[in-house]
Amino acid sequence: MRFFLILFLLVTICLQANTIKVCESCKIKTIKEAILLAKDGDTVSVKKGIYKETKINVDKSIYIIGEDYPTLDGQNKTESIFAAKAIDFVISGFIFKNVGLSYTKEIAAIYVSNSTNFNIKNNVLEDVFYGFIIQSSNFGLIQNNKITGKSINETTSGNGIHVWKCKNLRIEQNIVKGMRDGVYLEFVNNSFISNNTSQNNVRYGLHFMFSNNNEYHHNEFRENGAGVAVMFSKSIKMHHNTFHFNWGAASYGLLLKEINDAEIYDNIFEQNTIGINIEGCNRISYKNNHFIRNGWALKFRGGCYKNIFEFNNFVSNAFDLSYNSKLNDNKFEANYWSDYTGYDLDKNGIGDVAYRPVKLFSYIVNNTPETLILLRSLFVDIINFSEKVSPVFTPDNLIDAKPLMKPIEL
Amino acid sequence: MFKIIKYSFYDLMRSRWSYVYFAFYFALGFVLLFLNNDINKAVITLMNIIIVLTPLIGTIFGVMYYYNSKEFTELLLAQPIKRNRIFLGQYLGVSFSLALSLVLGLGVPFVIYGLFNSPAIFDFVLLLITGTFLNFIFVALAFNIALSNENRIKGFGYAILMWLFLAVVYDGLFLISLVIFNEYPLDKISLFATMFNPIDLSRILIILKLDISALLGYTGAVFQQFFGTLLGMIISFVVLSFWVILPVGRIALKANKKDF
Repeated sequence: MRFFLILFLLVTICLQANTIKVCESCKIKTIKEAILLAKDGDTVSVKKGIYKETKINVDKSIYIIGEDYPTLDGQNKTESIFAAKAIDFVISGFIFKNVGLSYTKEIAAIYVSNSTNFNIKNNVLEDVFYGFIIQSSNFGLIQNNKITGKSINETTSGNGIHVWKCKNLRIEQNIVKGMRDGVYLEFVNNSFISNNTSQNNVRYGLHFMFSNNNEYHHNEFRENGAGVAVMFSKSIKMHHNTFHFNWGAASYGLLLKEINDAEIYDNIFEQNTIGINIEGCNRISYKNNHFIRNGWALKFRGGCYKNIFEFNNFVSNAFDLSYNSKLNDNKFEANYWSDYTGYDLDKNGIGDVAYRPVKLFSYIVNNTPETLILLRSLFVDIINFSEKVSPVFTPDNLIDAKPLMKPIEL
Repeated sequence: MFKIIKYSFYDLMRSRWSYVYFAFYFALGFVLLFLNNDINKAVITLMNIIIVLTPLIGTIFGVMYYYNSKEFTELLLAQPIKRNRIFLGQYLGVSFSLALSLVLGLGVPFVIYGLFNSPAIFDFVLLLITGTFLNFIFVALAFNIALSNENRIKGFGYAILMWLFLAVVYDGLFLISLVIFNEYPLDKISLFATMFNPIDLSRILIILKLDISALLGYTGAVFQQFFGTLLGMIISFVVLSFWVILPVGRIALKANKKDF
């Protein structure tokens, strides 16, 4: 019996992972060396200090943990600092500095390719060109990283988290500032993006291309060059996000292009030039969204069918809706419109007169953008009123037949 | 002249109309802030009102005051006072009392609601400045009309027509011309056209400051470049000043030649 116990203990000790320490006064002074020595399941523990290393290949199932935020200095070489290609690995707790810049090679602070089950968390990236590039990988968690860049224009800048051809990722609680796109996803399916903050990026806060069945929620997007773009994707859920202060001549909170079967609910769009720009989108359900003080709350660019808008708040927007065709196949029902002037005689909370969200002036502005300088002129109010009484130019059936009298609570 | 200003001013103060006007703005300011509780939003709503109402009230007051005090004016003309001084004194008296009602009527509620701690203070001050300018402009225009028309009814009619033209019809014509000449580059023209209407000029000056500028897209960029810069600001205020100086000049000229 005792023999077995000792054998068992020996086996567990042998199986137990080792921890390899890296520091300036340790035996092992570089992370590269430590990774060479490590076996699957080992932990490489990096103590505080400055490590001038690039091209650290992670090809084993190891944990690379920085303690007290050691700094990795890329010395502006055109090489990624970490290049990972493994199953089961963790990179956590580092500060990345002076990561190189290249217009021809794909380099980033952490470059992950053909990996599964990876975990990148608690890193701080300062003034990087590309933060993370994740490619052909599955089941990854990217959490709690802080990425900042100094992007000035689109052509000379990179993305914070750049993901290409991946599945089942989770991108959570990251803060991305001053990059080109905060988070860029292309051919990424079944992923979740939540609780991130993406701000002051030159182009988009979040950018989807050809990515299906994803969900993003509880994110904050503010002051980005053009807001958030979701393009050519199917079945995306967007909820509890905040889009605000995306303000500029070609800016919007959310850009939807060729999106089908999406669900958009419980989002807040505040003070964007255009709340949602909708182009070629079908069968999207918009529910419980709040559009507050946008230039245009919704701008339809055409080719949109069978979209349903219900229980949304439209409060103090310069234009609630801009619509460019006479044909309407979208349904607006039971929304709250702050411009609604109807009455509710039977006191059931639903206005007795239908509301027409498209104003004549918004139709005119669509055709002749220069006329916008007459915004808030008395004359414009008068023509809007007369159009409201007897619609001639705006689509006949574009009405909210059951406008709510009171706003929906946040 | 100062005595006449003082006299006209006190006359209006006593006539209760100034108080009504003051009370109107005072109530308006409080109601707006009570309903919104957000100074920023209240400033936007207020803009709509100031742009339309200040010129209207300025016009009506100006015409009314001139006709009502006509007998007293004739009495004054018999005294050894320069004609210019009499009329300019009356004009300034009316304008100042109206401007005072506007500034105090709106200023007090906003100050009570914490204007000084709000970032909207510059927008609000700009609003009051343009409102005051509109006041001076429209009272001057109204005096001009009244001086040229002995018939009260005619004078009133022309004054209201002038207000209607500048507040509504001008924008209509502007809109139609923009739609018709759609194919041409219109931004410079529209910039130029706004200079000829003080109401439009002040409206655009304010909406560009209230950050609606980004809505305006390309045209907005041209406008923002013009009005957004210090130079543009100065130019627009110079134009607004011209809108005051030219009618006032005509008052002086007309008053010297007019047969009473």
